[in-house]
Amino acid sequence: MTTEAVAAAQLDTEMQEAPAVIAWRDVIRIGLIGGAVALYLCLVGIIPVFHERQLIAGVITLGQAVLFGSLAIPGAVAARKTTSLRDALLAGGAAGLITGLVLTLLVVLGSVIDLRAMFLNASPELYSVLTFGMGVAGAWIPAVEGLLLGAGAAAVGKLPDRIRSPLVRGIIAVVVVGLFAGLLRAPLLSAGLVDLARLLFTSDGLTVIGAILVFAVVVIGRIARQRIGVAARIAALEDEQRAQLRIPALVGLIAIIVILPLLLGPFFAQVIALVALYILMAFGLNITLGLAGLLDLGFVAFFAVGAYTVGLFTSTAEYGLLDWPFWAALPFAMLFAAIFGAILGLPILSIRGDYLAIATLGFGEIIAILAGSNLLLPLLGGPRGIVNIPKPLDFPSTSFLSGPGQIYYIALVFAAIVAFIAWRLRNGRIGRAWIAIREDEDVAEASGVNLIQTKLLAYILGAAFAGLGGAVFASLVGSIFPSSIDLFVSINVAAIVIVGGMGSIPGVALGALFLIGIPELFREFSEFRFLFYGVALIGMMLYRPEGIWPSGIARRELHVEDESQVILAGDTTPVTRGTMS
Amino acid sequence: MATNAAQARRTRLVEQFTEVAIQIFLWAFRIIVVLVVVVGSLLTLAQGRYSAETWLDLAIRGAALGSVYALVALGYTMVYGILRMINFAHGEVFMAGTFAGYFTAVGLNNAGFLNAGPLSSVISLFVMCAVAGVASTAIALLVERIAYRPLRNAPRLVPLISAIGASFVLQYSFRGLFGSGYYSYPPVTILEERIPVSFVSVQWAEVLVIVLAIALMVGLYLFVMRSKVGTAIRAVSEDQGAAALMGIDVNRTIVTTFAIGAALAGAAGVLYAQLYPSFNYFVGFIPGIKAFTAAVLGGIGNIPGAMLGGLFLGEIESVGPVLFLDGLGIPAATQLKDVIAFTMLVLVLVFRPQGLLGERVTRNRA
Repeated sequence: MTTEAVAAAQLDTEMQEAPAVIAWRDVIRIGLIGGAVALYLCLVGIIPVFHERQLIAGVITLGQAVLFGSLAIPGAVAARKTTSLRDALLAGGAAGLITGLVLTLLVVLGSVIDLRAMFLNASPELYSVLTFGMGVAGAWIPAVEGLLLGAGAAAVGKLPDRIRSPLVRGIIAVVVVGLFAGLLRAPLLSAGLVDLARLLFTSDGLTVIGAILVFAVVVIGRIARQRIGVAARIAALEDEQRAQLRIPALVGLIAIIVILPLLLGPFFAQVIALVALYILMAFGLNITLGLAGLLDLGFVAFFAVGAYTVGLFTSTAEYGLLDWPFWAALPFAMLFAAIFGAILGLPILSIRGDYLAIATLGFGEIIAILAGSNLLLPLLGGPRGIVNIPKPLDFPSTSFLSGPGQIYYIALVFAAIVAFIAWRLRNGRIGRAWIAIREDEDVAEASGVNLIQTKLLAYILGAAFAGLGGAVFASLVGSIFPSSIDLFVSINVAAIVIVGGMGSIPGVALGALFLIGIPELFREFSEFRFLFYGVALIGMMLYRPEGIWPSGIARRELHVEDESQVILAGDTTPVTRGTMS
Repeated sequence: MATNAAQARRTRLVEQFTEVAIQIFLWAFRIIVVLVVVVGSLLTLAQGRYSAETWLDLAIRGAALGSVYALVALGYTMVYGILRMINFAHGEVFMAGTFAGYFTAVGLNNAGFLNAGPLSSVISLFVMCAVAGVASTAIALLVERIAYRPLRNAPRLVPLISAIGASFVLQYSFRGLFGSGYYSYPPVTILEERIPVSFVSVQWAEVLVIVLAIALMVGLYLFVMRSKVGTAIRAVSEDQGAAALMGIDVNRTIVTTFAIGAALAGAAGVLYAQLYPSFNYFVGFIPGIKAFTAAVLGGIGNIPGAMLGGLFLGEIESVGPVLFLDGLGIPAATQLKDVIAFTMLVLVLVFRPQGLLGERVTRNRA
């Protein structure tokens, strides 16, 4: 026999032998990790708090959905490597059982000793979610659930793709529509389709009929799509035809964006105004962070300057100095923010990468402390803040444009302007210099880029747009307090840019929608907002460091280069290989 | 051609001009800081509002606080030394220690051991530090495994962002687990008494914090300098590739470094709570940044530097607001103690990036 034949034969036997044994050690490990995650979800409060929200009215709550998911996923993972259905069921069931047993243990333990002295969420409500209200008597329930769900998920994983894919998508669609029930119901109500809205949605979830409908529509749509092959057809179109398709799509998108506040009603108008404001600010930071690669965690400092400038210049109440209209104060807000950017930027821009992040973080804190301090009390009002900041445009109070509606449009227009400026700059000499610095400072300097000046320009521009954001924020809220000058503003904006995709304008807009819009819709879960951010940041860095919708350059740059992996655990030679430092 | 040359000359002129402007600005910055410090101190001292005893009290308070910062700073500096990475979540590891120490203290108090006598109080403190150290180590290793290890070869900004994410996850996990309210350590009556020295009013707690922190630091120094594992740590931070060729398990050494730093931070969490007994899930954030400042101040990557930097920062923070700002007539100067600490950070980064003892890293090696 030739060596190739031997190798092939070996491969064959391996493939035949492998399914004969289930890797029990792996299954147990997956089950235990799943158990730890499920335990964490329970004790950190996600399951009990989410339980208060209906997903399908009277059938399943969001908390239960999370719980079932956390029991099913270990099963699906454990069954991934098995080949026969029997093995898949065994492995999946065992992993799910172990996960469920951890929760059973929690229920039993919770009945013996008072875990609540330590863990706030180890409450009777939690146990009742886990056992369907049966308490200790139902301690066995999570284990059985785990067994069934784990085996079920494993079985689904073994279904042929043409059945599995519509099924999984249908379930996901029901969960997503259930989550956004409130948002989806609002346009139906405002369009007068009250009966349809009642049929599909309750106040915080889907009705049973709604759920069945959504599931059916998605499944049928998916199957139809597979049959007809829409995606293949679009791909088969000529480039020109595709470009023709793009223009109406874009027009449609813009039209939807324009009429959105009318569709959604007052509460959601506030939410989308905030999203628009963050899009504006993130576009500003996108210049500093996305193009020039300067991780600025002190964004809030310039935001504060802009907000307080507008406050001082326009407020009609105490501490207001000039009673100017918003539009007269706006240029000064940006100017002062830019000057602050220059003053703070000059000393620190010679520092590199990660140090810059901490130094700017320090600046943000300094400004926040100063804003609330007794030192500036006579000027800024300390904790009492500045109130009665007028709206930019005067509309009769009956008009929907009198409130957040107009801020939505103003912020979007400004965002478009900022995006346009950024886009123009990026393709010019300055933009290339920024990207060069981001890629490699030393090489950029050697190529004749003046580091300090180029970075300073990016920093000042970012600061000016932060000031603009602060100004719009002040007029949106109508007041400005030191408590608004919060580290979390900086973190929000930086997270949007990073998650969306550094340097990418559509990515950043999408990032704002995800990180600001979605959490605003789930106000009752606000305590988990930053937990979600943290997970999003880590997950993004692990699996998709270039962001949701990356710019072409970032895609190339942020992935680990292959050659660097060759060197052991890590090449930390002091050479500045890190492109973004 | 001629216009090109003229344009080039003009560009160069502009660049030179901005260069000069930047230099002037930086000098003005230095002069202002020096003026504030000197004039403020002179005025405060001239007014004579504070007695020598007050100053001594502030200094001892500063030393206690500073030794806590130093312990936390060691974790930053060691991890930076070995991975060239700012472990942004280190403040949260410290916070985990504070929580673990609290629950231990409550347990000991319920058992009636915490206040049973001077000896049992001191033993309790040791136990709290040990439990906190273990808990912090567990959390730090988990974070290292999940959020840092896969990113070891990635560009520098990537692990930093992941670390910021880890910091948020830890903060809000603790908030979810234990609530957002404030906890307060059960009082240890003996530690709250004043030491029997007539001209100062210093609590035993402060003395004990200083002594314990110094003992831990000496222990660490000996460990890193004398033991085999310590030698491995130093070798890996010098050159990972060469260390691996010498048969050192690089991965294990990195994990050990995280573990040691975390254990110290956990103990520091308990000691910090002896100075400020009330805390919540956010307790680690500001001390974390300050400890980072201390690490930079001493020269990041440099172990004695972190100790020195921590003590220095503690003193500046404790004595500084009164000494520098009070004389200038600034109301409620202690409100601004964090401003002073963060200004210190910027000053060091700008004017002496190599720190007090360290090598020049922020520009060349970063």
